[in-house]
Formats: sequence, structure tokens, C-alpha cells
Amino acid sequence: MRYLLRKLGFYLVALWAALTVNFFVPRLMPGDPVEILLSKLGQHGPVTPEMRASVEALLGTNTGEPLWSQYVHYLGNLLHGDLGTSVVFYPASVGSIIEQTLPWTIGLIGLATIISFLAGVGLGTLAGWKRGSWLDTLIPVTTMFQSVPYFWLALILLFAFGSIWPVFPLNGGYDVYNVTPGWNGAFLGSVLYYGALPAITIVLSSVGGWMLGMRNMMVSTLSEDYMVTAEAKGLRPGRIMRRYAARNAILPSVSGFAISLGFVVAGSIVTESVFSYPGIGSALLQSVGGNDYALMQGIFLVITLSVLAANLLVDLLYSVIDPRTRARS
Amino acid sequence: MTMTTELSEQAINQNPEEPIKVRRLARNKKLLAGLLIGGAILLFGLIGPFLTQDPRLVNDIGLAGPSADHWLGTTQTGQDVLAQLAHGTRGSLLVGAIVGLLTLLLSAFFGVVGAYAGGWLDELFSLFTNVMLVIPGLPLVIVISSYVPDKSIWLVSVVLAITSWAGSARVLRGYTLSLRSRDYVLASRVAGERRWRILTVEILPNLIPLLASQVVFAVIFAILGEAGLSYLGLGASGSFTWGTMLYYAQNGLALRLGAWWWFVPPGLMLALFGAALSLINFSIDEIINPKLRHQTRADRKSWRMSREQLHKAKEATL
Repeated sequence: MRYLLRKLGFYLVALWAALTVNFFVPRLMPGDPVEILLSKLGQHGPVTPEMRASVEALLGTNTGEPLWSQYVHYLGNLLHGDLGTSVVFYPASVGSIIEQTLPWTIGLIGLATIISFLAGVGLGTLAGWKRGSWLDTLIPVTTMFQSVPYFWLALILLFAFGSIWPVFPLNGGYDVYNVTPGWNGAFLGSVLYYGALPAITIVLSSVGGWMLGMRNMMVSTLSEDYMVTAEAKGLRPGRIMRRYAARNAILPSVSGFAISLGFVVAGSIVTESVFSYPGIGSALLQSVGGNDYALMQGIFLVITLSVLAANLLVDLLYSVIDPRTRARS
Repeated sequence: MTMTTELSEQAINQNPEEPIKVRRLARNKKLLAGLLIGGAILLFGLIGPFLTQDPRLVNDIGLAGPSADHWLGTTQTGQDVLAQLAHGTRGSLLVGAIVGLLTLLLSAFFGVVGAYAGGWLDELFSLFTNVMLVIPGLPLVIVISSYVPDKSIWLVSVVLAITSWAGSARVLRGYTLSLRSRDYVLASRVAGERRWRILTVEILPNLIPLLASQVVFAVIFAILGEAGLSYLGLGASGSFTWGTMLYYAQNGLALRLGAWWWFVPPGLMLALFGAALSLINFSIDEIINPKLRHQTRADRKSWRMSREQLHKAKEATL
């Protein structure tokens, strides 16, 4: 219980830090983002006083209002879920755009990351178990894939399987012309078909890291005394590998999973830009391209919140699979 | 520690043909391959820009394949790809070097000093590190860099360093915590050594391999991060890096037009340099953690001393 409270406390502090960073970044930067944003909004239609107030709460004002009252105002707006109005997708609100794009990203990135994690841990277990086998010699090759930048691998795969051999579609999230979004087979099939190549890219470039980490932990675990005992007891090799070695060796990989989520999100932004995938990364880039500061801040906040939530989840899971973390605190 | 065993082994070998350490390092194929590839790219980045043409020089032979005049062909506006690659290598390596150095300083400060001091300072530093760790880096970099219209390569590097040091600080903290309670550290404390001396003379040398591998990681992440940022069009303005080359190649439709000589070389350089650094990192890992060393039966046999060496060893101990 104390462990749980400690963790929750930490994530509250992290959440506060993220909100504060989000508050200060536009205020500390040179230039006047509020005027840029308001003049852009003005090109689309009349700027109501409410819109002006919400933009000022988000990005800062020149009216000489003290910083702390701006801060309180900003937190209040966030509590009401008011993230302002987007310029690029005028007149949609920032909240509604995030609502539309977030499921795409979570679907693609989440699934691809879980597949990559499971495959990497499984292969790493085997490679560590049979050291010096062909699987073990494969590891440098997969880490080579890892040092290839996400987007370049994506470009090459797109060039090969989109242009030369047109197996996969070049861009987009689903077949816009022939299917209607909704819970029907045609749409889901189209989503899977369009998501396959981006997912393959993510898996290819991240599986090596999991494999290497798991392999190294397996090798260290195999030299523990309890492994010798297990073998002396005459247990089946499969049982030793899974229940004795892999179960202990997987712990650092699980805690690494939490840390890697931030990098996964970062990679996804670039991947989405290569495949023009309709996720939150593409929306972020569009907002950057159009100086849409309100949307940009909102998306940064949502990305940070998702990473924090995922981290919290992994931490709770970790306390279940490793009883020592509970005992220590 | 290793130094003393090395010396005594050499003392046993009355006439060593070459020092054992060099021979052992040279036998480490991963380290050798990594150093060779990394060194070649480093040299290319240092010397290349002096030997190639002006990378900005516009020509009327646009998008031509490799030829005698242009070894790697030309871009859409007839600029020499090889010259751009040389300047891009220099730019990317500069980013890597700056971020590596800053990460070293920041992570050593927050990781080592906090863990060594202990108490509330450690709690504070570790909280700060963990918060920085869970705030996703690249989105923050994108947000910051979109507010600044004219960015220098230095600014981009500093922003990358600020968002990426936390991971290695956490690793260093964990290791320092285990070091500070070792017997020899306690002994030197009892012997009345000053705290900064214990930190710099007793603890820091043991952290060097770990620091080295963390810096290598930081350099990889920085170069990849900068490439991603530049590819999105948010990199340093008016400079050449591997990422900006890929950005211009993408915008010049190199992919659709099949101009492989434009988009393959920068990506390949990125991949090769990344692979070289990871190879170096593997071998550092293997030096720190002997369990990871690949030991085949033949390897173990080669450790055996020859009859002559055994004889001499026996004489030396008598």
C-alpha cells in the first residue's frame, strides 16, 4: 500500500511538472505567439472575447497580469477541458481534434510496441538459453536495424513495397474512397491493411533492443546458483527456461518497457509523418507547420499524459510480478 | 586493479613480444570493427569538407546519377551529393559531440553527486531525474523548436541534451549507490579522506566504463534525434546534417523519382555510424560484465598457460 501511494505521489509530481513546462515554454520563448495565433484565427472568422481569453490563458498575455494569476487561470481552464480553438482545423476545438486522432496512434503504436516487446523477449530468451546458436549471432543484425533511424527504414520500405512492388498502400489510415468508417468488416480490414507497413517498420526497428536486453539478462541469470539447483533436481529444460530463468530475467525488460514508451511516442511522430497516418503525430506536425500553438500545446499535453499513464500502469504491473518491490518499501 | 594484474603478468613473461592488453583488445572483433567504421566516418567528416566541391553550388545537371564528376550524383538543383554528405557528416557529428559532452556533465552531476551525497539531496535529484525521464523528449523538442524561427546547430544540440540526459543519470545513480557502500569506500572514509577526494579518486574511476557507454548511447540518440527533427523540417536552419539531406531528398521527391543516390547515402551513414557505436558499446559492456563474454570451449583452452609460463610462474611465486 505504501508502495502504491509513493508511486501515485510521484506521478502527481510528474503531472504537475508537465503542466508547468507546458505553461512556461510559450511564455519564455521569443516572439509573441498570442498575437500570431489571434491574427491567424482572425483570418478565418471573428475572434470572440471568450476565444481571446482562452488563448491568453494558454499562451500568456501582455496585459501585465501577474504570472501566478495567469498560472491559476491556466490550470482552471485545463480542469474544464478547455484547450482552445485550432487554427489549422478551424473552427474545430483542440479537444475534438485530439479525440479524433488519438485512437489511431494508440492503435498503431500500442499494438506494434506490444508485438515487438513480446517477439523480442521471446527471441531473446531463446538466444540467451542457447548461447552461440544461430539466433545468438542474429542479435548484432537486429541491433543494426535499431541504429537505422525509424523514418529512413520506413522510407526504404515504402520505396520497396509501395513504389517498386506495390504490395502496400503509400499513405493514409484507411481506404478513403471505398469504405465508410464504422464498426464494419470492410473498414477494419482496410485499417489493418493500411497499418501493416507502419507497424512492420516499428517492430523491425525496435525488436533488436528487447532481444539484446533479454538475452543479456538470461545469460546473467543462467549462472545463478538456483539454476544449478533446478537442473540438479532434474526438471525439464523447458520448465527451467521459462519458470526459472526467463521469469527472473524479464524484470529489467518490463521496467525498460516503461522508459521506452517516451521514445516510442517520439518515433511514432516521425513514422506517422512518413506514412501520412491520421494519428496525433501528424496533427502535431500540421499544427507546427501552421503555427497553431493552441493545438500544439494541447497535443504535447496529451502525449505527456498518455506516457505518464502508461508508465503508471507498468509500475503497478511491476509490483505484481516482482514481490520484492512491495516488500522493500 | 587490472593494471596491477597486467603488470605482474608482464613480469612473469620475461620477454613479452607484445603487451597482453593490446593483444586481448585487438582480438575483440566487435570493438575493432566498431572503431574502424566509426573512425572512418569521423575522418570523412573532418577531412571530407576540404576535399569536396561547394555543397551549395547549383548546377544545370539536376538529378543525375553517379558519374566521374559527381561520384554520388546530383540533387534536384544539381548540387553535388558527395559534398553535401561530407558537410552533413560534419554537422551530425558536431551535434553528437555537443550532446555527448552535455549529457556526460548533466548525468554525472545529477546521478553521481546526488547518489553519493545521499539524504534529501539524493531524493530531490532522483525525483527531478525521474520526472525528466517520463516527460517525452522529442515532442518537447518539437514544441520548443517551433517557437524559435532561426535555430543554430548549437541550440538544437542543447535542447536535445536537456531532454535526453535523464536515462543515463538514473543508470549512474544505481551504480553509484552500490559503489558508495563498498568496503574500500568505507575504509577511505575511516582513513579520513575528504569527501570530494573520495568521490573523484575512489568512486569516479570505477564509473568510467559505465560513463563511456552512457555517452556513446547519448551520441547515438542525439544523432538519430537530430536527424528525425531535421527530417520533419524543424532542425537547425541553413546547416547540413544527415537529417537535412533526407529532408531535402524527401521534398525533392527523390523517392518517387527513384533517385536512390540522394536518399540512400545519408541514411546508410546514419545506420553505419549507429552500428559502429553500438558495437563499441557492446564491447564496453563485455569488459564491465565478464559474464556476457562469448566463451566457447576453444576460447577457454587458449587461456591456459603454456608449460614454460607455468614453470616461470612457479619460480616467481617461490
